Amino acid sequence: MSRIVLDEERCKGCLLCTVVCPKNILRQSSRMNAQGYKVAECAPELAEECTGCTACAQMCPDLAIVVWRTVKAKEASR
Amino acid sequence: MSETLAFTRTPSVAETPTHYCPGCQHGVAHRMVAEYLDAENLAEKTIMVTSIGCSVFLYNYLRFDSVEAPHGRAPATATGVKRVSPDKVVFTYQGDGDLASIGMAEIMHAANRGERITVVFVNNTVYGMTGGQMAPTTLVGQKTTTSPAGRCASTEGAPFRMAEIVAGLGGVAFSARVALNNVKHLAQARKAIRRAFEVQLAGQGMGFVELLATCPTNWKMTPVQANEHIEAAIIPTFPLGVFKDIAKNAGAC
Ligand SMILES: Cc1ncc(C[n+]2csc(CCOP(=O)(O)OP(=O)(O)O)c2C)c(N)n1
Ligand code: SF4
Ligand code: SF4
Ligand code: SF4
Ligand SMILES: [Mg+2]
Repeated sequence: MSRIVLDEERCKGCLLCTVVCPKNILRQSSRMNAQGYKVAECAPELAEECTGCTACAQMCPDLAIVVWRTVKAKEASR
Repeated sequence: MSETLAFTRTPSVAETPTHYCPGCQHGVAHRMVAEYLDAENLAEKTIMVTSIGCSVFLYNYLRFDSVEAPHGRAPATATGVKRVSPDKVVFTYQGDGDLASIGMAEIMHAANRGERITVVFVNNTVYGMTGGQMAPTTLVGQKTTTSPAGRCASTEGAPFRMAEIVAGLGGVAFSARVALNNVKHLAQARKAIRRAFEVQLAGQGMGFVELLATCPTNWKMTPVQANEHIEAAIIPTFPLGVFKDIAKNAGAC
């Protein structure tokens, strides 16, 4: 399972990441950060659908997203 | 199964959070320049010439040696930097008010002379920093604080299409316009940024890349609306494309 790590303190709540995710698993959370922005999140119940495509991180103007891609054992050994 | 880091901050972008408004694509524009320079191992050789506008604090955000130029004068400053240090990689980073208004003379002459520099031009169609006044690149009909009824072509002229104009000058080796509004366009932007530096490195002339970017605050839109506005309204006036690209092996004196 690939995954993202979203730094909520960097996030400005612009939601640009949510519109480019091909799996539609990103959304606005109900949490406010110290800057006063309502931050984005990866829906926990859908998190395993993440493909690690990096679209969200590329769109993020604030470098709030790090993407980890899981390589299956077969691919990794190639 | 093993996990690899597929995306993280490139080292030449400082950890410092930016002062930009939510959804402002200055952050994407300067990150992509840093990603290219890091990938090519050029960070240590780079000198950036920053300008006046919302990107005025760029020297805090990108970890390159830098010179802050007076408003509009970045291409003239970069000319001096490059001519005394021809082994350095020199780029300017300028907004549309900076480059196409007060700095119109400097960009025209530097481009015509074919200075071996790269110009990163962030076009958000307004003077962002000073509160959203009309710029030379404001769309016809676009409402700004100084064109409250919308820009009128018969009194204020039509927007300057800088990538095309610059492409028409003899000293320019590469000129393109790209957008930052979706992943496909980001891939095109990455390629254009690369070429805009390659022509400098090959000594072929100026490399110019115009990046269409949002200014949600002065457009009075949410970041998502502003991003959609790029496709719906900005690109129809400012078509994407490569307007000049001299062959990789073309000579220069
Ligand atoms: C000589 C001078 N004239 C005017 C200004 C005021 N001023 C500051 S930024 C700016 C325009 C910036 O617009 P742009 O280059 O499009 O940058 P943006 O903020 O949109 O990224 C102006 C006119 C100035 N700082 N110096
Ligand atoms: S990496 Fe791709 S699939 Fe995963 S959350 Fe980001 S955009 Fe969605
Ligand atoms: S794009 Fe970045 S700053 Fe904007 S909501 Fe997503 S994580 Fe937050
Ligand atoms: S005013 Fe516009 S250009 Fe300036 S930081 Fe805000 S969104 Fe960006
Ligand atoms: Mg501007």
